[in-house]
Amino acid sequence: MVAVRQTESAPPPSPPAGEKRQLTRKQRENRAGLAYLSPTLIVVVVVVILPILWTIMLAFQRIRLINIRRAGVFGQYTLANLDLVLTSPGFWSSLWTTLIYTIGGTVSSIVIGLVAALALRGRFRGRTFVRASVLLPYVAPVVAVTFVWEAMLSPQFGIANNWGTRFLGWDRPIAFLSQREYTMSVFGWHVDIPLALITVIAFEAWRYFPFAFLFLLARLQAVPADLEEAALVDGAAPTQIFRHILLPQLGPVIALLTVLRFIMTFNKFDDVYLLTGGGSGTEVVSVRVYQFLTARFDIGAASAQALILAAGLIVLLAIYLKFLAPRVEGD
Amino acid sequence: MDRAVVETRVLRVLRWVVIAALVVATLFPFLYMLLLSVRPIEELLQNPGHLWPTEWTLSTYKEVLTSAGNGGQGFLRFLANSAMVSVAATVLTLLVSIPGAYAVTRLRFVGRRQVHFLFLAVYLFPSILLAIPLFVLFTRLGLRGSLAGLTIVYIAQTVPVSIYMLRNYLATIPESLEEAAAVDGYSRLQTIRKVILPLAAPAVMANALYVFMIAWNEFLFALLFLVEDRNDWTVSLGLAQLSGGIEVSKTVLMAGSVVLTLPIVIIFFAAERLLTEGLTAGADKG
Repeated sequence: MVAVRQTESAPPPSPPAGEKRQLTRKQRENRAGLAYLSPTLIVVVVVVILPILWTIMLAFQRIRLINIRRAGVFGQYTLANLDLVLTSPGFWSSLWTTLIYTIGGTVSSIVIGLVAALALRGRFRGRTFVRASVLLPYVAPVVAVTFVWEAMLSPQFGIANNWGTRFLGWDRPIAFLSQREYTMSVFGWHVDIPLALITVIAFEAWRYFPFAFLFLLARLQAVPADLEEAALVDGAAPTQIFRHILLPQLGPVIALLTVLRFIMTFNKFDDVYLLTGGGSGTEVVSVRVYQFLTARFDIGAASAQALILAAGLIVLLAIYLKFLAPRVEGD
Repeated sequence: MDRAVVETRVLRVLRWVVIAALVVATLFPFLYMLLLSVRPIEELLQNPGHLWPTEWTLSTYKEVLTSAGNGGQGFLRFLANSAMVSVAATVLTLLVSIPGAYAVTRLRFVGRRQVHFLFLAVYLFPSILLAIPLFVLFTRLGLRGSLAGLTIVYIAQTVPVSIYMLRNYLATIPESLEEAAAVDGYSRLQTIRKVILPLAAPAVMANALYVFMIAWNEFLFALLFLVEDRNDWTVSLGLAQLSGGIEVSKTVLMAGSVVLTLPIVIIFFAAERLLTEGLTAGADKG
């Protein structure tokens, strides 16, 4: 892109005739650019932008699926949906659940991805195979992998509970996906942990660490080798090399990954819906929206809720970018 | 002993522990899926702890693949639906995004810098938010319950990331090549077709596979738009609906999962290199 601007800023050929021709070439380029981009623009505007605007309108009208035909731009606008959603039982707790789920999923997937990238950095026999298998959870269909997790964790026939009771001395099978709280005794203290939520977060970490791994590995391989060699000659320990050489180089990628994963996890629907159906303390907002839409046919309230989800995300992102991000090099 | 020496030794061992743990954690669920799908349900309920089946059966696959009319689950039909939607979405997405990526990389036009904000909207807003008005709109247009409607949604969902991936690659192709083509009298479209596309073939391939995978794996929109008519179900949706049935045993469910996963795994292992490099192109520049 820099190159483009350089050709543009070349000194314009002097008198009027040349200027006119340059102008028309510019216009032609402008027209071609818009023409080439127009299919994209049409699809994105029709299927993404207009629906977003429409959601905003729906959120302020009392509309159910039955009277959807009456819905239009000039409907009756009201704040009733927002009122209904904000005061409905379980809304604030589901927002809180979403936040914990998002932060847990984002942090754990990036940390595991980083460990994996560091371990798979050097060459060894079978590295290509290992790298490919590590990516498998990310590319496999979500419906299939959630079902395997369900099967593995099943209290009746799942292998996790069977081996847990046989080899790890569990008293009885644990219902990982359908138990809201699990009381653990640690050194005589009884602690309640949100079991289903933790399981869902673990699934998130398992499925998305390959995404972080992929980006971090690509960045690690671009770190100049002489930096590390110099540090090695000076007798630096591996953890010191990581802390003072690799981590600063990875900083921008980690910041970018944090934003990307945060957005995607915050908006996530499939994973939680398929694993728990939103039960046992795992009801994230997107699943709640779905239930408003399909069980109660309340389009207005569902829209209002989806809008609150998007607004919450934008606020959180703004906070992150302003105060917490090291430095994001966007374009 | 020196700290550097101790750490190097510990980490040398730890590295292999981590690698082994990663391989087990990522591959085991898929192995478990496969092994569960080829054993009779009675045998599983008797010995849930045995990983290796003592009895083998392929009747699970038979039940999954046989058409609904013949008492099976009709997954062959779902496979055809999924393939149709995914291939159509892939081809159309590329047709839309290749010129788009070219415009964003090479051409100066009004609003070029603002385009990215438009794309951001696709990811910033949850798909469930888009789903509501699309649900209403498609109901009105009669597109709900049609594979064509679903394909349009998939195109919109994948075009931005597709343009982004292609743009990174196109930016590495020297502009002087295009100028040379222009001197030879190629029009802009000819240049794209005969110069740019052959050079960008690896990126285009990676992109095609990526879009195909997203379309094949997608669940939410398939659920919202297609659930009413069984003949329209994609494999993901069919499998999810299958799990709701009480009379369907878990081993059959796992056979369905294998049927859903296998095409993706085959494509992925065949083109792993292409995909990983295509997806992260440009990420190493920081």
